[in-house]
Amino acid sequence: MVTYIIRRLIGALAMLFVVSAVTFSIFFVVPRLAGVTPDDMANRYVGRAATAANVQATAQKLGLYDPVVVQYGRWVKGVFVGSEYDYGAGVEHCPAPCLGYSFVTKQPVWPDLVDRLPVTLSLAAGASVIWLVIGVSVGVLSALKRRSIFDRGAMIIALAGVSLPPFFTGLVALSLLSYGLGITAPGGAYVPLSENPAQWAYSLILPWLTLAFLNAAAYARLTRAGMLDTMGEDYIRTARAKGLKESKVIGKHGLRAALTPIVTIFGLDVGILVGGAILTENAFSLQGLGKYATTAIAANDLPKIMGFTMLAAFFIVVANLIVDLLYAVVDPRVRLS
Amino acid sequence: MTFLQLNDLKIHFPTDDGLVRSVDGLSFQLERGKTLGIVGESGSGKSVTSLGILGLHKGGRAKISGEIWLDGEELVSASPEHVRSLRGKKMAMIFQDPLSAMHPYYTVGDQIIEAYRIHNNVSKKVAKKHAIDMLGRVGIPQPDRRVDSYPHEFSGGMRQRAMIAMALSCDPELLIADEPTTALDVTVQAQILDLMRDLQRDFNAALIIITHDLGVVAELSDDILVMYGGKCIEYGSADDIFERPEHPYTWGLLGSMPRLDREVTERLLPIKGSPPSLINVPSGCAFHPRCAFEPRTGGKGSTLVPDLVETEGGHLVRCHLSREERRDIWATEIKPKLES
Ligand SMILES: Nc1ncnc2c1ncn2[C@@H]1O[C@H](COP(=O)(O)OP(=O)(O)O)[C@@H](O)[C@H]1O
Ligand code: SF4
Ligand SMILES: [Mg+2]
Repeated sequence: MVTYIIRRLIGALAMLFVVSAVTFSIFFVVPRLAGVTPDDMANRYVGRAATAANVQATAQKLGLYDPVVVQYGRWVKGVFVGSEYDYGAGVEHCPAPCLGYSFVTKQPVWPDLVDRLPVTLSLAAGASVIWLVIGVSVGVLSALKRRSIFDRGAMIIALAGVSLPPFFTGLVALSLLSYGLGITAPGGAYVPLSENPAQWAYSLILPWLTLAFLNAAAYARLTRAGMLDTMGEDYIRTARAKGLKESKVIGKHGLRAALTPIVTIFGLDVGILVGGAILTENAFSLQGLGKYATTAIAANDLPKIMGFTMLAAFFIVVANLIVDLLYAVVDPRVRLS
Repeated sequence: MTFLQLNDLKIHFPTDDGLVRSVDGLSFQLERGKTLGIVGESGSGKSVTSLGILGLHKGGRAKISGEIWLDGEELVSASPEHVRSLRGKKMAMIFQDPLSAMHPYYTVGDQIIEAYRIHNNVSKKVAKKHAIDMLGRVGIPQPDRRVDSYPHEFSGGMRQRAMIAMALSCDPELLIADEPTTALDVTVQAQILDLMRDLQRDFNAALIIITHDLGVVAELSDDILVMYGGKCIEYGSADDIFERPEHPYTWGLLGSMPRLDREVTERLLPIKGSPPSLINVPSGCAFHPRCAFEPRTGGKGSTLVPDLVETEGGHLVRCHLSREERRDIWATEIKPKLES
């Protein structure tokens, strides 16, 4: 088990390294493919009235002519010890962990991301709990009452859930429950948890439900399929042959096995979600990481987009690691292989 | 009173393709301390019968009729909850593939402990001690350490031993072993069969061994029931079945037993064709499309279902051939070939 954990940790570190290098290269290469030169980039830092010589001097100072490897090395160094952006007319300081510096807003990226994180975390936490509970219970009931009216109804709704995009269901929910019936808060009304927990939940309930609907639907289908599979397994028959009560056969023997793949997918989904629920945050004007990313993209603010991407990648790698460890706890066969 | 008695048991499954007559009028008796072998090709309804005795078809879509008397209680009409309380305690079962039959996420010990504690109100500690005892009794070395292993950490033979330990943990009076050695290596098969024979003596349980291989039941069984298409087609003592078999299908089974003096794959008189569909069971004698002697019954084989008739001293046969014809064919046509 210890070797397993160490192996996974090393794997996760390597993964982070690879992911950041690849992401960095993409952000380095793609603009150049689109015809953007280092001079064009430097241009953003020096303002409109600069001469060509000025621009080139700035690009030189910022190291924009350097090969990608050197620039990546500088970026990694910045993450650990911080960076100075010297563009001739002045020096911008970007303390560690420096994920980049936006010359559009004249701010380091990291503090902005930290600012946005609570909103996204709140959204992810609430939504994931709701969809996990609803999705798994509906899936289990559907499997146990297979071909019943409940099963058929639930599966039709679930099909709608996985097919409809969240900005659509979000807008429908918003207009119906918030503007129509006035039960829930309108979009953009985020209240921090530390300020007022009740208001926090109230302000987020609609985005939670919207996001949860999508995933609950997928989880209900997954759980149902998994449950139908496991309940047909030989070891379920063995459990019954021992004289075990059916409720325990289902809970202790069936669900335990059926939930394993669900746990895996759940970990990854939450990891992805913490990286920013772009569609949902936009539908409800929540100032989270996803919204941050869309704004940055609209403004063509490369350092921000990259900082966001790196953070999102980090969350996914961490989620992967947690899932791997959880998996070993749940399924003893994993520890050996 | 007979310990276990089945009267005209029928277990049918309505499916989209039609009614599956998996067990179609099965009757037999079994006393404590005795062993019954149930033999037949795969798909003849053996497993459905054993699960039916344990009441595991209750609550499903199966249509069950007839009677199952166990120690004076009728189980077909008993409540599912009552039958559940007998399962594991009064009657227990061993399955074919011990790897898939044990839960991969729980240790072998936990699974035995669970089985024991369903029917015995004891602490986990006491139950664990019992589990270690049981593992020792079925011949698992270092049971106090192996009790904490997972099924996948055992070899196939050890797993089957553990499965047997689990089945015997509550001291059942009826033990059903459904193809207990089919998934195992030949050498391990013999060890498991030896173990079962010893344990049965110790526990004085009634034992049903189900197999598609007559060789498996040869030494263990007091009586043997040959099943075909959901019905008993021949029943008798082990001597009856091996020395004086009277049904053409039993002859076929004897002829397809792998023989130690030849290549394992070589079978003497393989039965042609495949087992019947249990949805569209052949008319008349279900075996007639595959039976070499069908022409000698004057067309009755394909039109009239033969009755199960006593030929001599508890030896029952379901065939239109007369007793004399069958004995004559066995003595002059079949036996010499088997002995060649
Ligand atoms: N739950 C079920 N529903 C429908 N048909 C079944 C069911 N269980 C078994 N059968 C059918 O019953 C027949 C006998 O099966 P089984 O008792 O498992 O045979 P075997 O003698 O090999 O153990 C098979 O044709 C099988 O397809
Ligand atoms: S009844 Fe006829 S077909 Fe059936 S086994 Fe006897 S001889 Fe063969
Ligand atoms: Mg079977």
